[in-house]
Amino acid sequence: MASLRCFLRSGKVFVVPCDICIINSILLLQVTVRDALNQAMDEELERDERVFLLGEEVAQYDGAYKVSRGLWKKYGDKRIIDTPITEMGFAGIAVGAAMAGLRPICEFMTFNFSMQAIDQVINSAAKTYYMSAGLQSVPIVFRGPNGASAGVAAQHSQCFAAWYGHCPGLKVVSPWSAEDARGLLKSAIRDDNPVVFLENELMYGVPFEMSEEVQSKDFLIPIGKAKIERQGTHITLVSHSRMVSLCLDAAAVLAKEGIECEVINMRTIRPLDAEAIETSIMKTNHLVTVEGGWPQFGIGAEILARIMEGPAFNYLDSPAVRVTGVDIPMPYAKILEDNSVPQIKDIIFSIKKTLNV
Amino acid sequence: MRKMLTIISNVLRGSASRNGAELVSEGARVVVSARTYADFTPQATFDIKKCDLHKLDEGPPLQAVLSREEGLQYYRTMQTMRRMELKADQLYKQKIIRGFCHLYDGQEACAVGIEAGINLSDHLITAYRAHGYTLTRGGTVREIMAELTGRRGGIAKGKGGSMHMYTKHFYGGNGIVGAQVPLGAGVALACKYLGKNELCVCLYGDGAANQGQIFETYNMASLWKLPCIFICENNKYGMGTSVERAAASTDYYKRGDFIPGLRVDGMDVLCVREATKLAAEHCRSGKGPILMELQTYRYHGHSMSDPGVSYRTRDEIQEVRSKSDPISMLKDRMLSNNMASVEELKEIDVEVRKEIEDAAQFATTDPEPPLDDLCNHIFYNDPPMEVRGTNPWTKLKSVS
Repeated sequence: MASLRCFLRSGKVFVVPCDICIINSILLLQVTVRDALNQAMDEELERDERVFLLGEEVAQYDGAYKVSRGLWKKYGDKRIIDTPITEMGFAGIAVGAAMAGLRPICEFMTFNFSMQAIDQVINSAAKTYYMSAGLQSVPIVFRGPNGASAGVAAQHSQCFAAWYGHCPGLKVVSPWSAEDARGLLKSAIRDDNPVVFLENELMYGVPFEMSEEVQSKDFLIPIGKAKIERQGTHITLVSHSRMVSLCLDAAAVLAKEGIECEVINMRTIRPLDAEAIETSIMKTNHLVTVEGGWPQFGIGAEILARIMEGPAFNYLDSPAVRVTGVDIPMPYAKILEDNSVPQIKDIIFSIKKTLNV
Repeated sequence: MRKMLTIISNVLRGSASRNGAELVSEGARVVVSARTYADFTPQATFDIKKCDLHKLDEGPPLQAVLSREEGLQYYRTMQTMRRMELKADQLYKQKIIRGFCHLYDGQEACAVGIEAGINLSDHLITAYRAHGYTLTRGGTVREIMAELTGRRGGIAKGKGGSMHMYTKHFYGGNGIVGAQVPLGAGVALACKYLGKNELCVCLYGDGAANQGQIFETYNMASLWKLPCIFICENNKYGMGTSVERAAASTDYYKRGDFIPGLRVDGMDVLCVREATKLAAEHCRSGKGPILMELQTYRYHGHSMSDPGVSYRTRDEIQEVRSKSDPISMLKDRMLSNNMASVEELKEIDVEVRKEIEDAAQFATTDPEPPLDDLCNHIFYNDPPMEVRGTNPWTKLKSVS
């Protein structure tokens, strides 16, 4: 049994869907990001009575994107609360509940709507612990899909990572894989501070392998630590959320040409794990950041500034560059939309330019 | 002798217990001359103004019983609040207090009356005119004043200032107009969720009353039957804009629409107390939220940067001071009913003055917060972390 486990852990074996396997506890599961989020919330709701979920359609509709499927049936009206379409109001209510001892998960149907409530997120949640010199904490999670989707046009496609990442007092998290979603959401819910949890609609349905360790009820991923998804020696790619997939795809293509990319999955936007990036640059001497959001004052801009200011600058053999969404509101037509966000070819192009090949 | 005094005082009480300021009758003055504390009236009943009602069958009673102890306590608290705010005015003009300073003098009956109608275990949140509530919710004058002067002994260690003071079950002190209202409903949600029979008093001004998020909150509080007392402190002006110029409907107690409401004389501490008691009972019985409009007045301008006379006349301010001052009203009631002596109240004034002076002394001599504290209190329950200073070489330490 132990040898079978080792064989499976190497990740090279078939994966059996858990509903037909008998010995599923030692097999890798295929879990979608959606299900990982769902399970994380379920487990945390069970673990701590003070945790509750509120947002539009989270209860009886099972979630606009089905992330909260089954939770209302299991936990009822008290803990899974459907709200009217009043973001500023219900976000404020969630913050107040957190101040008074509960641990709310406040869902924004997409983060575009969080703009209506952004005062509550920043002025009421993020700043309060500081303003009160430690008297009043706000253990709240704001979660929901962030960034570009497919065909939803300008008002529904904005990435808020940079906006929220700008503010002290917030932790801002951006998971990529199912493992990220699970471990980071659990950490976010258990964190005693306001956490902005940026999901991605296009990633919800993507399955990932999930090891036994990750499936455990107390599996947590620390907020503030990046993960190296792929080791490499020639160039460092830094990314978050869905763009990590594209970076890995680009790396796979370039590997055939003998270029080995190190792909870093940021996992957390704030606090930013600059050290992981610096350590990587000291090895590869080149940096390209990849994000879905707009370029000006964005995630890549911050990373590049930090690298300039830090010890890794001297290790760069060429200027670090950013691959970003195009600096325009998101258009609707497919051809236009496709050309508004980074594609694999754009990443490959930028890597080759940086490496001068 | 004692029986005779009691009979005389009962007769006098019967004729003297009316609203507002009353002359102490000659007869009462004669018998007052050689009295001990045991000769004071232990309690009296006062007529209070009828409240306008909205979707409520019954309002608060038209009479309020005030005991001597209560009266003295309300008097002391209101006087402390008054003197504290006036001292803040003084310190601001000396530039020892800086930034925003929104003073509460004139509105004391609201804070004291509300607190008299709830328990300390209940919860309260208000906007930026918050010094009075910080006091009634358990803050000391010392730590309030030291917060205003930005010293380490301040209630928020000097990091919050005038608008960001907190105590147990008191959630500030909030700078963004109207934002505290959804927060208050959230606190009420927690009260209901945790099942401790507590409620939340959620205050806002006539200026904030037009905010959209407040109507969003009315909706949810009502849908979910949250134990929330919404209170609009209508002091007739939102900064420099009179209510007539800001609101299409100035019947703030009706603006909750489906939420029952009452309009209360906010200058009468007993009226406020009785209304609050009714509202608290409403919430605790599970009926959901209720709305109170307190008609009150602020003597100062909106803040210390506003002289307060460009949009209202000095005559108006003077008229309120002479006819409706909350502290005078209570004082006259107590004196005319032999519930306290002039000397006794003067003694309280002296004690209050001393307390304020001591607090001001502390607030001006306590040192400012140490620079080490600059980056602390970003996160709760987190390991120490580094915070970037103003330049890349400056790494500052931050602890929870």
